Amino acid sequence: MSALVQLVGVSKTFGDAAAVHEIDLAVERGKTTVLIGPSGCGKSTLLRLIIGLIEPDRGEINFDGTELRTDKIDIVRRRIGYVIQEGGLFPHLTARENILLMARYLGRGGNEIRARLGELRGLTRFPENLLDRYPLELSGGQRQRVSLMRALMLSPQLLLLDEPLGALDPLVRAALQKDLKEIFARLEQTALLVTHDLAEAAFLGDEIVLMNEGRLVQQGSLSELREKPASEFVTEFINAQRVLMLT
Amino acid sequence: MKIFRFVFFSALAASAFASERSVVIGSKKFTESYVLGEIAKRQLIEAGLPAEHRQGMGGTIILWQALRGGQIDVYPEYTGTIVQEILKRSGPMHVDFVVDELRKAGIGMTKPLGFNNTYALVMRRDRASALGIRRISDLQKHPEVKFGLTHEFLDRQDGWQPLSVAYRLSPGNVIGIDHALGYDALRSKQIDVKDAYSTDAKIADYDLVVLEDDQKFFPPYDAVFLYRLSLDEKIISVLRALESKIDEPKMTRLNGEAERTKDYAQAASLFFDSSAGSTSGFGETFPHKLTRWTARHLELAGFSLLLSVIIGIPLGIWASRGGAVGQVILGFASVVQTIPSLALLALLVPLPFFGISARTAIAALFLYGLLPIVRNTATGLQDIPRALRESAIALGLSPRARLWKIYLPMASRSILGGIKTSAVINVGTATLAALIGAGGLGEPILSGLNLNDHATILQGAIPAAILALVVQWLFDLLDRVLIPKGLRL
Repeated sequence: MSALVQLVGVSKTFGDAAAVHEIDLAVERGKTTVLIGPSGCGKSTLLRLIIGLIEPDRGEINFDGTELRTDKIDIVRRRIGYVIQEGGLFPHLTARENILLMARYLGRGGNEIRARLGELRGLTRFPENLLDRYPLELSGGQRQRVSLMRALMLSPQLLLLDEPLGALDPLVRAALQKDLKEIFARLEQTALLVTHDLAEAAFLGDEIVLMNEGRLVQQGSLSELREKPASEFVTEFINAQRVLMLT
Repeated sequence: MKIFRFVFFSALAASAFASERSVVIGSKKFTESYVLGEIAKRQLIEAGLPAEHRQGMGGTIILWQALRGGQIDVYPEYTGTIVQEILKRSGPMHVDFVVDELRKAGIGMTKPLGFNNTYALVMRRDRASALGIRRISDLQKHPEVKFGLTHEFLDRQDGWQPLSVAYRLSPGNVIGIDHALGYDALRSKQIDVKDAYSTDAKIADYDLVVLEDDQKFFPPYDAVFLYRLSLDEKIISVLRALESKIDEPKMTRLNGEAERTKDYAQAASLFFDSSAGSTSGFGETFPHKLTRWTARHLELAGFSLLLSVIIGIPLGIWASRGGAVGQVILGFASVVQTIPSLALLALLVPLPFFGISARTAIAALFLYGLLPIVRNTATGLQDIPRALRESAIALGLSPRARLWKIYLPMASRSILGGIKTSAVINVGTATLAALIGAGGLGEPILSGLNLNDHATILQGAIPAAILALVVQWLFDLLDRVLIPKGLRL
């Protein structure tokens, strides 16, 4: 079976996003692929290209075997879940309204919606009594759980996560990492996650993709990266994170 | 909903009333002219002829043009003014000649109404006797006296220029001042001499002396009505029935009554034999007047606000997308806002569709209300964080759904804030609508200013201020209903 997302020679050098050059990348079905690298290396740009927030200057992006086209982009977007650092919840809607926004917009049936919401609440361990709170009445961790439920509501083929745990304090972060891993496994979810934290990448990722200055440096498991570094930068990046972890 | 229904029906009623084609009487902007206008109106109505009175439209030129142009049918005028200002002649003219000249313009003139309201120069009695001034020529010896003259008198063919030449008066100490305010300035000794009409009630009230016109400079100013010759015979004969009916003491008394009661219709009714019938229906009660002004005021402010909202929000959405169009929209709205409201009204009046009407007032108020709504809509939308915009896009909502479900609700606080600002501005600015005869609470303010009467001014100013506060309060309530709860945390 082919990869769910395939980027071929994708470049984005203009506009306000960090540039990426000649990217070839495959996101395999059922696996968690982690994009890692120093800030400004273009890892978030790749997610934004896939969800169609920006368009590539050159190259081709294929989703589930067909090329991404601007006129059909909304259809593709509904098959992708997108979670960002601050959650991206709409402040004028309750947690429930945020989660159900698209399902209601697409006219899904009440029973189907209720069943899916119950399932997601179980998966994300989100208390029912908080569903009718507004985002401003929730903690950072609770907001990310709501954001995750919103992203998963339509059972997307792909889940994009852009530093989803970046703004959380360490304990909440650790708990969510554990839950995320469990959810991905339970749903056999294809996910592409961006982080700058090597430990998080190692914990969650089946595949790690290291990026630097807009280019892919190396792809593989953490041990592959450690044992057969493709360049000096790979070793430097891994060692730098190790030192950080020790101090 | 009720307000709209009310506005709709009152507009309907107004148009129905206008179609009856009543005789339109104009008057100049001073007490005696208002009273004569009211007398003519009452005279016609009592004869079963529908009539309306457009009070205080301006000076001679405006009234004459309005009469010739057919915007009004009748107005009170003075023979001296007709000769000097309208026919542009100097020196005495035979009345037959005047009638002939007016006929060429399609205008007729009644015979004198019975009093001569000539121009005069007046002084405080104590000041005049201290300086030994009795006659205008005595002023030559006192270059230190301060003149406070009306703007019309300063400009008139038979006014200050030729008068100062004829009497060889020094042009030094002259300031221009409003007629009613001039009396106060005279009394508070800020000026010594002012021009007056010889039937002004204030002359007796303030114990002023009229300086003798020893060189017979001022021509006679017999009051008459000018009317369009195309008027129905019956109307003209009803007007002519007023000839020789008002002598000087009577007119002075009516003027005094008008200034005392601040009610021109009341003063006019004094002229008609009060025993001949009740005056009810003419003297409008205060609550009734207040209701009429307030309803009109709300109509002007409400209609214009509705237009501002309907046009302003889409313009704001457009402007929020930035680019050249956004700049142009915001720029235009800002420029309109910098035009003084008075000037904006004045600019709209000469345009064909507008003129002296409520339409003009609504258009001006609409333009004024536009900026706060456009700007607040645009900034409210632009202030939505990029992350939330992108989240809405990434979900796969259509552009229309993004606008309605996400962006507009998130900007609702800002948009409502803009509407509230416009509403309060409109309620305040609508007082200026009275200047172009569109009515509202500006009406008592304007006539109060004209009479220099604070009580009358407050009759309009206080309700207008209360109205603004009520509007503000209503919008604060509306905030709670319309702004989503999640944004108010």
